[in-house]
Amino acid sequence: MKRFIGFIKKEFYHIFRDRRSLFILFGMPIAQILLFGFAITNEINNVDIAILDHSKDATTKEIINKIASSKYFSTKQIINREEDIASVFKKGQVKAVLNFEKDFSKNLIKENKATIQIITDATDPNTANTISNYVNAILQKYQKELNKDITMVYQIVPETRMVYNPELKSVYMFVPGVMTIILMLVSAMMTSISITREKELGTMEILLVSPLKPIQVIIGKVFPYIFLSIINAAIIVMLSIFIFKMPVQGSLFLLGLESILFIISALALGILISTISATQQTAMMISLMALMLPVILLSGFIFPISSMPLPLQVISNIIPAKWFIIIIKGIMLKDVGLQFIWKETLILLGMTVFFMTLSVKKYKIRLE
Amino acid sequence: MNNNKVIQVEGLTKMFGDFTAVNAITFDVKKGEIFGFLGANGAGKTTAMKMLIGISNPTSGKAKVAGFDVFTHAEDIKKNIGYMSQKFALYDDLTVKENITFFGGIYGLSRKRIKEKSTVLIEELGLEKVANKLVGSLPLGWKQKLSFSVSLLHDPKIVFLDEPTGGVDPITRRQFWEMIYKAADQGTTVFVTTHYMDEAEYCDRVSIMVDGKIEALDTPKKLKEQFNAETMNNVFLKLARG
Repeated sequence: MKRFIGFIKKEFYHIFRDRRSLFILFGMPIAQILLFGFAITNEINNVDIAILDHSKDATTKEIINKIASSKYFSTKQIINREEDIASVFKKGQVKAVLNFEKDFSKNLIKENKATIQIITDATDPNTANTISNYVNAILQKYQKELNKDITMVYQIVPETRMVYNPELKSVYMFVPGVMTIILMLVSAMMTSISITREKELGTMEILLVSPLKPIQVIIGKVFPYIFLSIINAAIIVMLSIFIFKMPVQGSLFLLGLESILFIISALALGILISTISATQQTAMMISLMALMLPVILLSGFIFPISSMPLPLQVISNIIPAKWFIIIIKGIMLKDVGLQFIWKETLILLGMTVFFMTLSVKKYKIRLE
Repeated sequence: MNNNKVIQVEGLTKMFGDFTAVNAITFDVKKGEIFGFLGANGAGKTTAMKMLIGISNPTSGKAKVAGFDVFTHAEDIKKNIGYMSQKFALYDDLTVKENITFFGGIYGLSRKRIKEKSTVLIEELGLEKVANKLVGSLPLGWKQKLSFSVSLLHDPKIVFLDEPTGGVDPITRRQFWEMIYKAADQGTTVFVTTHYMDEAEYCDRVSIMVDGKIEALDTPKKLKEQFNAETMNNVFLKLARG
């Protein structure tokens, strides 16, 4: 035990004396979560739009007012001719133009139908989509207000309700993903680098010649990273609660346990990588290519798995991050207990045991 | 078993697939001896040594180190030997004292013993001023000497040195050999591989490996007589050229 403590102390010296690894450990999680939370977002706020109003009557004015007073849009420009539409888009001044047809009110009363054209700048398709959805929502609401005195029979009004993330805040989606990436990065990449570093420097040989058992060396090397990863997970959860006001619905204890399970699976992968790479650079490249990319692309963090082609859907099943994201999304956003995520947990546990066994086996073979 | 013999090797062989890296070598090393293990690059020196220090499994043959069988008691061997590898292998980002404490710790020395040892060691090496400096900032010669002292920290019966003086200036090499003599005087057996033939002259006995086999084994003096050569260098050249 005393040997073990000495070993861990040494490991912490390595970490704290290397500014780069310190940065990766603590700077990156914070930077990433802030970036994803603030900068990379699907929400729209104060989007500049232009209005082309051919009727200029009471109804169009009211609609324009409604749109302008929402926090999503600000009417930047009033244009008067169809030809101007192209030019405002080209200048990049607005993201959308609302084109009200001539005799809007009259048409509405006479024919029960009036048209607004929503023209959006689809160079950024996501934003364009969101804008048109938001405008539609405002219009529908207005329509309902207009119709509330008139009794219409057999009218189907679909009412959409977004549950678990009613405001559609993208940070809710990013936090579990970023947490997964960071835990993967810190645990797998940092351990694989730190083990290969000892191999590269020749100190691993010295450790193996010492009375320490290989398994003690491995545990000694990964233990500090388990500890630091847990701290990291806590920092991320805290940042998302206090800065992004993201409510954590479920049990923090369960969240912690599941995180530790995921951390250990990532560590096992890190050890595995270190057994197949001779230099720190190789370890880093393999970690990035074989772990980071799948985590970002195939875990369902950014791209929904259900809309992927079938082969990719199948592949996504072998990525531990996929299961972890399902688990923590469940806990954080839906307050689910173990009874709803035991299947995912079991899969993650199975993977962890598999990777652990494999890496310890491979590590032993390397010693020959 | 002869207690005087701390290393006994008989027909030790290591195969990598079809390639025989170490071919049935037989020798023994006496207690307190400085045993030079010579050979060209790729002759199988390091592989043979790795089998003796328990980090590589022999394919066949017998070997006992410090009285323990390499096949069955590798863990016991590890407690009784010190090892200094070819690469300088202390931690650059730890201070001199931290390195000593760490390596003392993994060999299970008590805190008190580590403290005593490190005071003596730092004084002997004249490292008082840099004791709290990172090892990475020290010149290579100092590191090498520190590394050797660290390998002796737990008073091993045998110390294995794998080309310990590579890339070091002649003066430091000289000082290094003085340290080796001192360790041998105190009863530690020294098993050393080297490229430098002048260093071979400092050894009590020398073995020369060629293509995985031990082709010659005796005192430097007798080897020179046997091969009718002036220096060990010539002995080596004659052997290597066949």
